[in-house]
Amino acid sequence: MSINENDVILEIKNLKKHFAPHQSLAQTLTGKNRKVVKAVDGISFAIRRGEIFGLIGESGSGKTTTGKLVMKLIDPTSGSIIFNGEDVTITDKERTQAYRRQVQMIFQDPYASLNPRFKIKDVLEEPLIIHKLPGDHVEHERMIIKALTEVKLNPPEEYMGRFPHMLSGGQRQRIATARTLILNPMMLVADEPVSMIDLSTRAEILHMMKDVQRDLGLTYLYITHDLSTARYFTDRIAVMYLGRIVEMGNADDVIDNPLHPYTKALIDAVPEPVTGKVDIIKELPISGEIPSPANIPPGCRFHTRCPYAKPECSAEAEPELMDVGNGHFHACRRYKEI
Amino acid sequence: MDKILEVKNLRLYYHTSKGAVRALDDVSFDLYKGETLGLVGESGCGKTTTGVALLKMPSPPGRIEDGSKIILAGRDIMTLSEKEVRKTVRWEQVSMVFQGAMNCLTPVYTIGKQMMETLREHRDMDKKQAEELIKEYLGLVGLPPEVMGRYPHEMSGGMKQRIVIATALFLKPKLVILDEPTTALDVIVQAQIINLLKKLKKTFDLSFIFITHDLSLEAEISDRICVMYAGKIAELGTNQQIYGKQGPMHPYTEKLLQATPLLRKKVESLSYIPGTPPDLIDPPKGCRFHPRCHKVMDKCSQEEPPLLEIEPGHMVACWRCGK
Ligand SMILES: Nc1ncnc2c1ncn2[C@@H]1O[C@H](COP(=O)(O)OP(=O)(O)OP(=O)(O)O)[C@@H](O)[C@H]1O
Ligand SMILES: Nc1ncnc2c1ncn2[C@@H]1O[C@H](COP(=O)(O)OP(=O)(O)OP(=O)(O)O)[C@@H](O)[C@H]1O
Ligand code: SF4
Ligand code: SF4
Ligand SMILES: [Mg+2]
Ligand SMILES: [Mg+2]
Repeated sequence: MSINENDVILEIKNLKKHFAPHQSLAQTLTGKNRKVVKAVDGISFAIRRGEIFGLIGESGSGKTTTGKLVMKLIDPTSGSIIFNGEDVTITDKERTQAYRRQVQMIFQDPYASLNPRFKIKDVLEEPLIIHKLPGDHVEHERMIIKALTEVKLNPPEEYMGRFPHMLSGGQRQRIATARTLILNPMMLVADEPVSMIDLSTRAEILHMMKDVQRDLGLTYLYITHDLSTARYFTDRIAVMYLGRIVEMGNADDVIDNPLHPYTKALIDAVPEPVTGKVDIIKELPISGEIPSPANIPPGCRFHTRCPYAKPECSAEAEPELMDVGNGHFHACRRYKEI
Repeated sequence: MDKILEVKNLRLYYHTSKGAVRALDDVSFDLYKGETLGLVGESGCGKTTTGVALLKMPSPPGRIEDGSKIILAGRDIMTLSEKEVRKTVRWEQVSMVFQGAMNCLTPVYTIGKQMMETLREHRDMDKKQAEELIKEYLGLVGLPPEVMGRYPHEMSGGMKQRIVIATALFLKPKLVILDEPTTALDVIVQAQIINLLKKLKKTFDLSFIFITHDLSLEAEISDRICVMYAGKIAELGTNQQIYGKQGPMHPYTEKLLQATPLLRKKVESLSYIPGTPPDLIDPPKGCRFHPRCHKVMDKCSQEEPPLLEIEPGHMVACWRCGK
């Protein structure tokens, strides 16, 4: 399946999710308002059909919230979501249900996401029943076998009668993937699908997910804080910081030639299995923790931790994403000088 | 260099109703003063079990089997009574940052109260003294004294891990076992914690045993690496010997490295080890890795390869790696 540059499957436009604060009665009475949590604060990106798109950033940067917005598990505060040319930002119940079949989620923990009392056959049939797919048991069984084959659990019959505890971690994640594939989705959202998993199993799963993506021409939104797997796994990445995208482009371009100081810091923080590079981390260029999204710094929101910050960074308006060519975007006003 | 620890023929079995899980089977290694020794391997290979064995604190139904020796600063702690271990070894000489400990802080008590309790269990001191000491240690791990009044849910993962590390250092141990101390943290916080550990190691003249399944991280922090498979040491060598140009010697280590994604180089395809680690109640005969090994020979399923020193300081247990 060839990727058409202009064939966009999902477009996110200036999307925001602001959580209303929990207000205690005392606070309401005293007029001490807690601040709104700006978890996602105006992000835009487009994912092409057949592409693996990565969303990267440290804890609290708003990745999962973005994933939930894309899955339509929560409603955005503002902005829009265009799927397959259709505005799906606000949909009725029926359309939402159908959407959730087209866009499936892969969960982080394959142990928790499979019902231990269900045989694999039942685990896989459940979504067919929930989504009221037509067909009798024979038809369902055919679909189950197809899905198991797609995730390379061969021979499929051998696995159908097993319970989850009779499978390895890698096999369980294959089942979890098969469970999403059985509904014939167009796109998968995977939020840290391998971060809890052992290293060799992790390689196995990423390998399998890539195969499935190629075989079926699927589109993935891959959410992670792990840049190494992102480089291996994704075509393009967007780096998020405190609810905003600060850099975006081809994974290779962004990692080999990062333009934003935050991306540079993320890369510097990653150790590599190479000797002589002991102390590769050394002193990190950035210190401290990510500020609270209830209290976003003015101007460039990264300025409180940025080693290159100048007075204008906090005084002037927040820089928008700028294109330097090749579809490589960044949001640093000083990128030329650093 | 002086040895702070010698582990000899350590066997720890979990005696379950289904049989004995041979989680550590004849494990021997040394640790030098000031050194960081890394323990790596897939889930279930015995890393945590090794850590708790060194505290003489196996989780039930585990038992350290006869013939095992754990010589700590010249003294075999296997010969000591539980009371002596509690008084002079555990937390005093050796402490451990447990896997997932940062998520096990009691939610209903403040950090200060929890740290105070740990401290006063072991040391006779009044509240004022204890408080001063806690503040000092909070400072050492980069936290302001105010966090004493906070609850765990009010703190980030990185802050909680700092608390756990401070608590492990309270009684001035010489050896600290760190079990996956950064696995749940993101890259930036991980780097901050690693830098903190390196600094504390210098300040207190510590030796570390650093447990992780992340080979990249091990390359960053450890002087020597011990690769475990199914309750045994597969390979043990210096950072250079494992991660250097010539690459590791054991087929298992080789495969683990090929399964590790790299950041600074584009890798087209990751290889992985098919199958899973064996059931340790009835491990495979011969080399425990043989059912999954890409270099297996006839001999491998018959006889167990001994751990041999192939070059100075480099131990390998594989029939393919003769002298
Ligand atoms: N329902 C909610 N109410 C209030 N704040 C929320 C809610 N959900 C998320 N947040 C806040 O929004 C911010 C972004 O959270 P999010 O879970 O999207 O981050 P993340 O990038 O996925 O982080 P992690 O890597 O830790 O999973 C965080 O500060 C979080 O505390
Ligand atoms: N209390 C116990 N009772 C029975 N078996 C146990 C017990 N604790 C551990 N085991 C078994 O002993 C073996 C070694 O476990 P251990 O926890 O040391 O592995 P590990 O290398 O730390 O793995 P991980 O990377 O998952 O933390 C495993 O097969 C495990 O199932
Ligand atoms: S705009 Fe200024 S503060 Fe923001 S990333 Fe660039 S240099 Fe740093
Ligand atoms: S002894 Fe044989 S099976 Fe074991 S690692 Fe060596 S070659 Fe592989
Ligand atoms: Mg998240
Ligand atoms: Mg463990």
